[in-house]
Amino acid sequence: MREFTYTKAADAAEAVRLAAAGARYLGGGTNLVDLMREEIERPTALVDVSGLAQGITEHPDGSVEIGAATRNTAVAAHPRIRRDYPVLARAIVSGASGQIRNAATVGGNLLQRTRCPYFYDVAARCNKREPGSGCDARQGFHRTHAVLATSAHCIATHPSDMCVALVALDAQVHILGPAGARVVAVADLYRDPGETPHLETVLGPAELITAVRLPRAVDGAVSTYRKVRDRTSYAFALVSVAAVLRVVDATVADVRIALGGVASRPWRARVAERELLGAPAEPDTFKRAAEAEFRSARPLPDNAFKVSLAPRVVADVLKGLSG
Amino acid sequence: MSMMQRATEALNRTLPDRDVDPLTTARRVVGQPVSRVDGPAKVTGGAAFTADVDLPGMAFASLVPSRIARGRIRRIDVTRAAAAPGVIGVVTHDNAPRMDTPVLMTLTAKGCAFIDVAPLQDDVVRWNGQAVAVVVAESQECADAAAHLVHVEYDADAARTSFGDLQSEAVFPADVLGEPPEITRGDVDGALAGAAFVVDEVYSTPQHHHMAIELHATVARWTPEGKLHVWDSTQALVRTRHSLAHAMGLPEEDVTVTCRAVGGGFGNKTVWDHQLLCVAAARVTGRPVRLALRRKDAFRMTGGRAPSRQRVALGADAAGRLRALVHDSVTGIVHENSPEQVSVPARHLYAADTYRIGQKKVVLDVVPNASMRAPGDSIGSFALESAIDELASRVGLDPIELRRRNEPAVDPTDGTRFSKRHLIEAYRRGAERFGWQERNRVPGGQRDGRWLVGHGTASAFYPYIRMPGGKVRIRITADGRAIVSAAANDMGMGTETVQVQQAAERLGLPIDRVGFEFGDTTLPESPIAAGSAQTASLVITVAAAAEELKKVLLKRVPRRSALYGLKPNDVVYRDGGLRHAGDPSRAATFEELVGEAEYVEAVGSSPMLPLEFMKYSMHGYGAHFCEVRVDAVTGETRVSRWVACIDAGRIINPKTAASQIRGAVIMGVGSALMEEGLVDRRTGRTVNASAAEYHVPVHADVCDIDVIFLDLPDPLTPMGVHGVGEIGIVGVAAAVANAVYNATGVRVRDLPITLDKIFTGSGAS
Ligand SMILES: Cc1cc2nc3c(=O)[nH]c(=O)nc-3n(C[C@H](O)[C@H](O)[C@H](O)COP(=O)(O)OP(=O)(O)OC[C@H]3O[C@@H](n4cnc5c(N)ncnc54)[C@H](O)[C@@H]3O)c2cc1C
Repeated sequence: MREFTYTKAADAAEAVRLAAAGARYLGGGTNLVDLMREEIERPTALVDVSGLAQGITEHPDGSVEIGAATRNTAVAAHPRIRRDYPVLARAIVSGASGQIRNAATVGGNLLQRTRCPYFYDVAARCNKREPGSGCDARQGFHRTHAVLATSAHCIATHPSDMCVALVALDAQVHILGPAGARVVAVADLYRDPGETPHLETVLGPAELITAVRLPRAVDGAVSTYRKVRDRTSYAFALVSVAAVLRVVDATVADVRIALGGVASRPWRARVAERELLGAPAEPDTFKRAAEAEFRSARPLPDNAFKVSLAPRVVADVLKGLSG
Repeated sequence: MSMMQRATEALNRTLPDRDVDPLTTARRVVGQPVSRVDGPAKVTGGAAFTADVDLPGMAFASLVPSRIARGRIRRIDVTRAAAAPGVIGVVTHDNAPRMDTPVLMTLTAKGCAFIDVAPLQDDVVRWNGQAVAVVVAESQECADAAAHLVHVEYDADAARTSFGDLQSEAVFPADVLGEPPEITRGDVDGALAGAAFVVDEVYSTPQHHHMAIELHATVARWTPEGKLHVWDSTQALVRTRHSLAHAMGLPEEDVTVTCRAVGGGFGNKTVWDHQLLCVAAARVTGRPVRLALRRKDAFRMTGGRAPSRQRVALGADAAGRLRALVHDSVTGIVHENSPEQVSVPARHLYAADTYRIGQKKVVLDVVPNASMRAPGDSIGSFALESAIDELASRVGLDPIELRRRNEPAVDPTDGTRFSKRHLIEAYRRGAERFGWQERNRVPGGQRDGRWLVGHGTASAFYPYIRMPGGKVRIRITADGRAIVSAAANDMGMGTETVQVQQAAERLGLPIDRVGFEFGDTTLPESPIAAGSAQTASLVITVAAAAEELKKVLLKRVPRRSALYGLKPNDVVYRDGGLRHAGDPSRAATFEELVGEAEYVEAVGSSPMLPLEFMKYSMHGYGAHFCEVRVDAVTGETRVSRWVACIDAGRIINPKTAASQIRGAVIMGVGSALMEEGLVDRRTGRTVNASAAEYHVPVHADVCDIDVIFLDLPDPLTPMGVHGVGEIGIVGVAAAVANAVYNATGVRVRDLPITLDKIFTGSGAS
C-alpha cells in the first residue's frame, strides 16, 4: 500500500507550515484522491484544509469574499451570489454532479487538473504528468482539447466551470505562503503551457489559497453562463462562455467575457472585449468581435469545430444578455 | 449451409407444429403488472452482489494490464511487487497453473468465453490492456499499490488496431449465426442502376463498451479436496461452470458457480480472463481470492460492440417499392469470435425484388468483442432504418407508408411463413399515441425558441430464440406451496418475479405461494440468459416439469379420493391443487396430495430442440417514435419525447417488460448521441476508459418513454411469449438520426451524432 500521512490543519498558518515540510493540500478530495488512485499524484503527506475558511463575507465596499474551503454548492446557493453574480452560480451548478459539488471546495476547484485522457493514463505520454515524455494528445484524440495558447508540448484545457465565471468577474485569489500573504487575479493565476506544461499556476511551494474575492458587481450589468457539452449533465465543457454585459443606449458600455474548454486556462476574451466596448450592441458586432478572439487559434483536426462553435455561442450569449 | 443442415430443415418443415400452450390466453397472474419481488432488497441495499461475498481468510487480487497491443513480454520483474507490504503472491506466465482454452460462446456450445486463449499461458500479448500479472494481497489497497510495482518490458510487434484503416482487408466470416455470410437474389446491381429512386450511402458505428453499474467480480475458493467454488457476476451460471471446469481440467461436478444478483449483464457478464485469473490466483496462493474489476479494467479486459462500416443501397420504383436492397457491411472482430450480426435485420424486414445482404470481417488486435444488447441488430438497423428514411424523403412518402408498401407476405429471404408479424399494427398504434400526423414535415421547419424540433421513426426487430436444454424442478411442500428451482440468472431484469408469475399461473397458485430458487449450479441445469431467450426457455421447461409433477401427484392419490384413477391428461392445476378437467367437483388440494410427506417433487426437461424457428420466421417487431430538440446555435441534441410500440408476443408482466424496453431505449439513445470507445490507433489502447469520459445518458438526458405492448401471443411459443430484453434497442439510433434530420436537414451517418457533426454539416446559425 502506498502510505501517506494525513493531518487536519487547525488554521492556515499551520497548513502552510506542514506544506512547507512537504505536505499537499487536500480540499474535498474529489480530484486529488482520484489522481492518487491512478498514481498520477503521489503525495506522501496530506494536510486537510477543507475545514478552514468556510463562509461568504460581504464587505462594506460591496465586494464579496469567499473562503477557500467553502463548498461549491454553498457558493452557488448563496442569495447574494445568486442576486449579484448569477454568472457564478450558474457556472457552478453546470459543473460535475450534486454530490461532487457538495464535497468540492473553491480552492480545490481552482486547482483541479486537466481531464485530458492521456494525462489520466499512466501508460500514455504526457508532458504535464511526466515532463519531457511527449504529448500523445496532439496526434491522438483531441476533440475536447484547447485551441488557444496551446504549445507543441501540451494542448490540455483547464476543465473548471466555476473559474471561467471568476475570470469574467475579475475575481482575485488570496494566497498565504511561507513568505507571507499576497493577492493575484484569478486570470493571472494560471500559466500558459509553453515548454513547461507541468507548471500550471504561479503559486510557489506551499502557497495556500485562503479566499477568493469578487469585486463589487458592475452596476446595471447582467451576466450569465452558457455551457456547451455532449450530454445534459456530468460532462465537461466543449465550450463555455461566462459574460457580464452592460448596455447603455444600445451601445456596449461594459463587457467581460471568459471562455472555458478552449484554452489551458479559463480564457479572458480581451480581444473581443476591446472590439465590443463602445460598439453597437448588435448581433453582427457580437459575432465579429467573438471571431476576432479566435484569430490566434491553432486548432487540430478534431477540435477545429470549436473555432466556429465558440464565437457563435459568445454571440448568442451576448445577444441574450442585451435583448 | 451444409447438406445435412438443409436436409434437417427440409424434414423439419414437414413436422407438425406443437400444440398451442393452453395458458396462452390465461390472465389470472400472467399479464399482471406485478412489482419486482426483489425490489425491496435492491433499493434498501440488502441484496448481496458478488463483490459483497466475504469469505474467511479471503485475499484480494489486482490485475496488471499490458501496455502494448501485440508482441511478447521480454522480461517481467515482480521482485518489488512481491516484497511490497501485504502481498501474498504474484502470478505471471512464469508460475500460473496450466489452463486449457475456455470454451467459446456460441448458441450450441456449452461455454461462454469470448477469448480463445487462456491467460498467462505464454509470453504473448494479444491486445492492449490484457492482464499480464495478478497481484494477490491482504487488502485491495495493498494489491492495487503493488500492481503498480510489477515491471514489464515488452518486444512490441506491429498491431492491427485501426478498423478504419483496414477496410480493404475485409473477408467473409465462415458464417453469421449459422447462416451464410452473404445472401443474394437476382441482379441487384442492375436493379439498383435502373431504379427510379436510389439511396446509396455508407453508415458507420464505433466500438461500444459495456457500462453496467455493477462491475465484474469473482470470488474463487478451492476446497482441500480440490473442488472449486466460484462466486461470479454472471448471466450464464452453467456455461461458466463448464468453461471453468474445462479450463482447469476438472469434472463439472467438482465446480460450483453461485450468483444471486447481477447489476446488469447485457451480454457481457460471461467468461473473460478475470475468472480464470482469479481461480489461478486462488490455486497459487492457497487462499480464497476476490477479484473485482475496476471500471478501466472492464473497458480494457472485457469486450463490447464491434465497430462497423455499412453500405446500404436501396433502389425503389416510382411507388416506393423496393427493387433492390444492398447491405454490404464490415465489422471488426478478434480471433474466432462470432461476427457482430449487423446483416440480420436486412434479411427479414423488407420485401425486395433483388437483394445482396452480407457482411465481412476485419481482424483486429483489440479486446475481443462480445455480445452487447441486440448485438448486430442494433447497429445494423441504424444503417438500414436510416437508409429507409432517406428513401422515404427521396420518394416523397411518409416513412411509415413506405414500410407498408414493402411489407413482405412471407419472410423475404427465408421464404418461411411468419409465426406472427404485427409490424404495421405497431406503427399504427404508435403513430396514434405519438401524434405522428401532427409531426414536422419539412426538415428544419419547426422551431421552439432556441430549439429546432424534429420527429423520427424506425422499426424495432429481434429474433425469437429459445435455448435448447435445461431442466426445472418443482417441489410442492406440505403446506401446499411450490418452489420452482433452476440454475437461472437474474441480471436485474426481473427473472425471479416473472418466473414466480408464470409458474403460479401454470400451477394454479397465487404468487405469494410460489418461490423461485435460482442462481446456483447445484440447482437443475438451466440455459444462459442471452438472446432474450431465458423467459421462453424457462416457461416451456416449467410446463414440462408441471406435467411430470402431475404424474407424481396422481400416484399419491388415495383410493377414497375423487381423483383416484385419473390420468395426467384428465386433470388440470386449479385453486392450489389438481382438479378433473371437466368436473370441478373432483379435486384435491396440494396439502391433501402431499399428505404426510415433507414435500413432493418432479423434474422436467426442456421438451425438444427449438425446431420451430427453422420452420417459421419468428421475430419480434416494433415501432419507435422519437422527438428531438437540436439547439440551433450549438447543435446540442436532446431527446424530448419517445413512444415505443412493441410486438413481442404475450407480455407476462407489463411492468418489468416496460422497464426492459425503457432501459433499451436509453441505451440506444446513448449509442445514438454519445457512446464512442476511442481506440488510439498507435497503441490499440482504449483512451476514454472511465465513466467520466465514456458517456452514456444520465437522468437529465432521458425523457419520459411511453411503452405500448401489442400483447398479441405467438401461437408457436410457450404462453405466447417472446423475449423483451433486447428488441427495445433495435431501431433507436436510427429513429434519433431520422429525427435529427427532420429537425435540421442534416443527415448524420456516423455514430455518435455529436454536435460537431451536425454543426459543421449544417452551418446553421
Ligand atoms: C466525474 C467528475 C465530473 C466533474 N465535472 C466537472 C465539471 O463539469 N465542471 C467542473 O468545473 N468540474 C468538474 N469536476 C471537477 C470538480 O469540480 C473538482 O474535482 C473539484 O472542484 C475539486 O475540488 P476539491 O475541493 O475536491 O479539490 P481536491 O481534490 O481536494 O484538490 C484539488 C487540488 O487543489 C489543491 N488544493 C485544494 N485546496 C487548496 C487550497 N486551499 N490551496 C491550495 N491548493 C489547494 C489540492 O492540493 C489539489 O492539487 C468533475 C469531477 C468529477 C470527479
